[in-house]
Amino acid sequence: MAKELLEGNVAFAEAAVRFGLRAYFGYPITPQSEALEHLSKRMIEEGRVFLQAESELAAINMVYGAACTGVRVMTSTSGPGFSLMEEGFSYIAGSEVPAVIVNMMRGGPGLGNIQPSQGDYFLMTKSAGHGDFHPIVLAPASIQELIDMVGLAFELAEKYRTLVFIAGDGSLGQMMESAELPPMQDLPKERPAWAITGAKGRESKFITSLYLGAENLEAVNLRLQAKLAEIRENEIRWQEYETEDAELLLIAYGIVGRICISALREARNAGLKVGLLRPQTLWPLAEERMAELARQVRGILVAEMSAGQLLEDVQRAVAAKTSVHFYGRLGGVVPMADEIVDKLRELDEETH
Amino acid sequence: MATEIRIPEGMELVYEYPESLAKKDTHYCPGCTHGIVHRLIAEALDDLGVRERTIGIAPVGCSVLAYYYFNVDFVEAAHGRAPAMATGIKRVNPDKIVFTYQGDGDLAAIGTGEIIHAANRGELITTIFINNAIYGMTGGQMAPTTLPGMVTTSTPTGRNCALAGYPIRMSEILAQTEGAVYVTREATTDLASIRKTKKAIKRAFKVQVEGLGFSCVEVVSTCPTNWNLDPWEAMEWAKENMTEYFLLGTYKMTDEVKALKV
Repeated sequence: MAKELLEGNVAFAEAAVRFGLRAYFGYPITPQSEALEHLSKRMIEEGRVFLQAESELAAINMVYGAACTGVRVMTSTSGPGFSLMEEGFSYIAGSEVPAVIVNMMRGGPGLGNIQPSQGDYFLMTKSAGHGDFHPIVLAPASIQELIDMVGLAFELAEKYRTLVFIAGDGSLGQMMESAELPPMQDLPKERPAWAITGAKGRESKFITSLYLGAENLEAVNLRLQAKLAEIRENEIRWQEYETEDAELLLIAYGIVGRICISALREARNAGLKVGLLRPQTLWPLAEERMAELARQVRGILVAEMSAGQLLEDVQRAVAAKTSVHFYGRLGGVVPMADEIVDKLRELDEETH
Repeated sequence: MATEIRIPEGMELVYEYPESLAKKDTHYCPGCTHGIVHRLIAEALDDLGVRERTIGIAPVGCSVLAYYYFNVDFVEAAHGRAPAMATGIKRVNPDKIVFTYQGDGDLAAIGTGEIIHAANRGELITTIFINNAIYGMTGGQMAPTTLPGMVTTSTPTGRNCALAGYPIRMSEILAQTEGAVYVTREATTDLASIRKTKKAIKRAFKVQVEGLGFSCVEVVSTCPTNWNLDPWEAMEWAKENMTEYFLLGTYKMTDEVKALKV
């Protein structure tokens, strides 16, 4: 496949079609509606299921229903819609069915605005619904990575029978750059053995998240926790840039991680030995690697489009082994590379 | 557990356990009509020969464990969301017979949006709606269909419609949607109404088998436990009071549905 100029929302939508998306249920919300629009055409062309639901609440429950029958299914939304979907996330987690959700984050709280934000980090990694569970959260920093992560998201969702979130933001959804789409995959002919398909030639079965009796539900929870431990063991992903000799470490994800690559170059040109750790999974997070690097560097700067959400996890991970500073912009303001460099200079002076 | 039936010599089996019903004792209270409606659904699925391709969606409410009582595949929905889940299931599995089983709190309060839009889209699903005018599982609180003046644990002096609003008539509302082709309100208050309900449920599933549109059977039911009546009194009370406000009858039946042989 050749590279082509693609908008983020269209790119992930088309990638999903090519990775074997069988059904999409969604509700329009800026800044990701182009994905829904693209799929309204493409899914019908491919003879697959597209449905514009009456709300995000209905959309996620349609996803839940389709997921119970063992097909690749997804929805996409932004903050306010994501909040509405939390009920469904919890049921999907409790029922252990695979589903993929793209969240192109926008400024909040409330209606907020439609500018890019990373304010849903807590929501996605820690509180995606009632009860004890964590979805896998992937954080792409470019349209190519967004495309690739759609495929990864389906694989992980099916491997672990879990929810997978793709944490994008308004800028990633709206921007255009050149990227390569995957080739068209065939849809699987068979459904997985656990799927609800009608009791033909076998005992009838059901999928539920209801377990009466405290001991029963505790046993289910312990099994879920064991699965999460396995995910922690196997699925932590991150990228490092010039960390070998780094004395100062930047930590940032998504589009801010990408801005930090520019900041890193600028800072290196100015003689600062800066490295960057860019988490590609927000849950599970590269906490051990952060702790290792914390022993090597004089200080860490976490940069986010939030008031400091990833920051709390970094602080916990490095456990006061080094000084952790923060630079965040809020309300849809995107931090500039030179602002981050200024902060690195301050960190450099304070830790000399 | 139900025991196996031995037929004495010279006698003929004229009535048996439906294959679509699981051979299990239910948790329902004595006199509860969920058991009756479960059986009617099972008989309809057997009659139509669709058990092996049926997927049911259980609600939140007293019938939350319905998946234990049917010998068909099931999923358990969040409160009120069964029609959305059913939509997801049916759209990717158009060859399956998909039905939701919902109570009045589930369908007529928390899930009003989902049922109206599923009906309006003409989803090829069947909804069985149990209206007993009360929240059973949570302990007898007011339902959206609780009658004016009716005492519940959250309307201790009787439902005051000026404060709590009016009982909602869902069949009348659903019948207004273009996508619904068969909407009827039946009852389980005596043998005659039960037989009629059986026919309506079978027709509703037949509508789906033929792919005609959305079908819904509302069943005026009883809740002796939370109505504080014995089962017989509850039947009588439903007949005298429930069916006064919730008039029985077919609210929508297209010509195609009318032409079905049931």
